[in-house]
Amino acid sequence: MELDRIEKLVDKYFEGTTTVAEEKALRTYFSQHEVAPHLAAYQPMFRFFSEAKKETSEKDIRIHPRRKRSYTWLSVAATVAIALGLWFSNKPSAKDEEALLAYHETMQALYMVGENLNKGADKMEYLNEFEQTRNKILPVNQK
Amino acid sequence: MKQAEFLQTVMPFKDKLFRLAKRLLVSTEEAEDATQEVLLKLWTNKGKMEGYRSVEAFAVTATKNYCLDRLRSKQAGNLKLVHSNYTDENTSLQREVEARDSVSLMQKIMDHLPEQQKIILQLRDVEQYEFEEISEMLDMNPTAVRVALSRARKTVREELIKKHNYGVG
Repeated sequence: MELDRIEKLVDKYFEGTTTVAEEKALRTYFSQHEVAPHLAAYQPMFRFFSEAKKETSEKDIRIHPRRKRSYTWLSVAATVAIALGLWFSNKPSAKDEEALLAYHETMQALYMVGENLNKGADKMEYLNEFEQTRNKILPVNQK
Repeated sequence: MKQAEFLQTVMPFKDKLFRLAKRLLVSTEEAEDATQEVLLKLWTNKGKMEGYRSVEAFAVTATKNYCLDRLRSKQAGNLKLVHSNYTDENTSLQREVEARDSVSLMQKIMDHLPEQQKIILQLRDVEQYEFEEISEMLDMNPTAVRVALSRARKTVREELIKKHNYGVG
């Protein structure tokens, strides 16, 4: 492209009257290695614009709102917490089991006492026998 | 509109939104968040989308507004980290090295432009939108766009000539 035309385009460019196509021609001109010395000062400008358009975002588009997701997790966590709470409160605790054991031990002890008492009571039968015999021999005034 | 259809509509201009956001917010991470936020808003309002003349123009407007809001709240919260960082870096040696790198030189010049000129320069000279499209996106009349664009280009030119003469002489 003739330098003449480029100079005219540069002037138009700074007045803001170039078209998109003309600006493209300018970027092409300034992207080459050899640029007229009196225009060299403008080179960074056009090179920068070409470079700047190459930058892209690395991140993928995520269109699920973050807030909504955290609420679901919160409700799941709450449900689990409540379920665990209920389960533990229904299951007998260690204290309850100890009490049950103590109860059985006590019952066993009481049975033992009871059995021995019964043995004692059997022996009492002889006493009854003795009284009957005595009544036969020595009749006491009875009602 | 199905999700796949939405992604297909949005894909061609997604990077344009990202680049505009980055031009304004400087940080890549923040620009990605902004793009994400705008697309999400677009998806949740997809019912209204058919009503817009151009989804792309609407998305650009939304990105611009989102970024300007972010900048305002940052300023309010006294969080202008990005800009202060970068003046600190300006040691004389670094400046010399970077002056040779036209991209970072231009980056600096553009960072110092007023927001509106930054946006217009980005939309026209990087993304190559027509004046009519830009005036729709920014809700300005085409003449005002042209004037602001010319002003922005001339400011860049002045800075470049300053740097260029400094480098040569």
